Amino acid sequence: MARAVTTRRKLATTALAWGIGLLIFFPIFWTILTSFKTEAQAINNPPLFWGFDFTLENYTVVQERSNYMRFLWNSVIIAGGSTVLGILVAVPAAWSMAFVPSRRTKDILLWMLSTKMLPAVGVLYPISLLFVQFGLLDTRVGLILVLMLINLPIMVWMLYTYFKEIPGEILEAARMDGAGLKEEILFVLTPMAIPGIASTVLLSIILAWNEAFWTLNLTAARAAPLTAFIASYSSPEGLFYAKLSAASTMAIAPILILGWFSQKQLVRGLTFGAVK
Amino acid sequence: MRLGKPLVASTALALITASAATAQTLTIATVNNGDMIRMQGYSSQFTEQTGINVEWVTLEENVLRQRVTTDITTNGGQFDIMTIGMYETPIWGANGWLVPLDGLSDAYDVDDILPAMRDGLSHDGTLFAAPFYGESSMVMYRTDLMSAAGLEMPNAPTWGDIRNAAEAMHDPANDVYGVCLRGKPGWGEGGAFITVTANSFGARWFDMDWNAQFDQPEWEEALSFFVDLMNSYGPPGYATNGFNENLSLFQQGRCGMWIDATVAASFVTNPAESSVAESVGFALAPDNGLGRRSNWLWAWALAIPAGTQQADAALQFIEWATSKEYIEMVAANEGWANVPPGARTSLYETPEYLEVPFAQMTLDSINAADPTNPTVEPVPYVGIQFVAIPEFAGIATEVSQEFSAVYAGQQSVQQALANAQALTNDAMEAAGYR
Repeated sequence: MARAVTTRRKLATTALAWGIGLLIFFPIFWTILTSFKTEAQAINNPPLFWGFDFTLENYTVVQERSNYMRFLWNSVIIAGGSTVLGILVAVPAAWSMAFVPSRRTKDILLWMLSTKMLPAVGVLYPISLLFVQFGLLDTRVGLILVLMLINLPIMVWMLYTYFKEIPGEILEAARMDGAGLKEEILFVLTPMAIPGIASTVLLSIILAWNEAFWTLNLTAARAAPLTAFIASYSSPEGLFYAKLSAASTMAIAPILILGWFSQKQLVRGLTFGAVK
Repeated sequence: MRLGKPLVASTALALITASAATAQTLTIATVNNGDMIRMQGYSSQFTEQTGINVEWVTLEENVLRQRVTTDITTNGGQFDIMTIGMYETPIWGANGWLVPLDGLSDAYDVDDILPAMRDGLSHDGTLFAAPFYGESSMVMYRTDLMSAAGLEMPNAPTWGDIRNAAEAMHDPANDVYGVCLRGKPGWGEGGAFITVTANSFGARWFDMDWNAQFDQPEWEEALSFFVDLMNSYGPPGYATNGFNENLSLFQQGRCGMWIDATVAASFVTNPAESSVAESVGFALAPDNGLGRRSNWLWAWALAIPAGTQQADAALQFIEWATSKEYIEMVAANEGWANVPPGARTSLYETPEYLEVPFAQMTLDSINAADPTNPTVEPVPYVGIQFVAIPEFAGIATEVSQEFSAVYAGQQSVQQALANAQALTNDAMEAAGYR
């Protein structure tokens, strides 16, 4: 009897999990499906799940009209660059907060997070003026800096909670064995924290890849990443849903594939601590 | 010494490649509308003719406005040419943000630009943007459904005619709705439509002392009429329908009528996109017997921001893109129905173009719009579906949100008008008009 209940419950949770998963995935699936339709079929009512003329025309048109590789390359550089720079700052910051906390550590952590509570548009003008002043408009360096600063609070928080779960005794033991600060961070802490660092890196890449306020407002032709590529297919007067879908599919494909291959690290990093 | 010659040669070569690499490039900000996409395709011909390269930054309309405004006000200098509309041009021109277009050549024939467009894109008589294409609004209706209902659409209908036609064609059981109109919040979406509707009912945004007029009976009459019309004969969920949503509904044959931008005529009559291409008729936007029709005036125009270093090359491009020759080139390659409409008088004197079914009605609609005299009662502002002051976009977006809440059944007409009255007067007071 007890066994039957468990099975039933298991079935129910599995079905629920699949249901939620499919619900979340559906918009992406629909975008991909629409990208293979003609514009007329894209707006067909009732919506077409099958039985439409499968066409690659939208991809051809998008390829002809936009330099996809340039947008892609900009996205890779900006997401990668801001993540590397962010990790270089976030690891030492999180280390000091986790292992040598001061009276103000909690306040600093909260203060860092509070910067995320301001809508981005609130600082559009100050940031734009700084960018004009330093000649950073429409440069990848400028975007790397801004996105690094935007994601830094989250990176530090993630690493901090991660490091907190590493017993201080292990580091103490290393110190007693004669390890210096550099050795302690590089050879003792880092290997133990690899899963946490990996998931932080992945999250930072995803956040930077999808960031669509600063990447649209601070770029023009040269440094524009894939977010600008998608935006260029939205139209105030005209229906180009199929082409917009094709552009979106091309923009999300790389990050979707990266996420697919690294989902184990990502899930682990987001749900578990370092030492369990 | 032996290295001398190769060194000189390679330096020369490097200099040549360097200068080739820094050949002049114009950066143009634009939106993704059909006519602009076509222009991008042809811009390689401009490069061939002049040696000037062109880089396109295509953005979503609202992002474009925000992006371009930030760039101008911070002197970012990212763009050499910007695509802007009739709302921004006079305001930005007055602020000194745009380069006056007074260096246009004789061959360009600036007097050929439709007078309504030229007036709307000027400030104090100086032209600040050249229209790439222009539009008004008109009624597009299903000729097959109208004749099935035994009705005929007058060339210049009243709102009463529209209501009767909507009632006759309304057939929700077969997924056909009498009339599709914009209800989506946003000053350029539903806000524009309800403003022109109100104009034809004798309402206005402000009196001569900049007092909001939403507490006047004309506004209540206009808004109540619209809500009742749409609740009775409109598609479900019309509170979120804008241009593109209604275009999609009409093309699928789900609207008896659609009153919107004249530029839509070429989409709904294109058999490749529209299932009703063969049975679309056109009429002037309706009035209410008060001498003002509910049609707007708009242009997508090219302007040169004051921060550019390449004003001369930019002017060259604008001349090319908005010239008579450009229109002829598009006509020769893609047919007259696909040329950018509503910008030049000569286009409407071309016999081939007048054979296009919607050409004459587009011209009549544009000519029926008078931005300097948009309402029954006098107003202190210029603009038909907008008020050409910088504060308007923000205020009208909020007001249109109040109205959309009525369309969605969340508040009453009276409540929305009271809120609109209060918020508009507050904003105008804060801005120093009152």
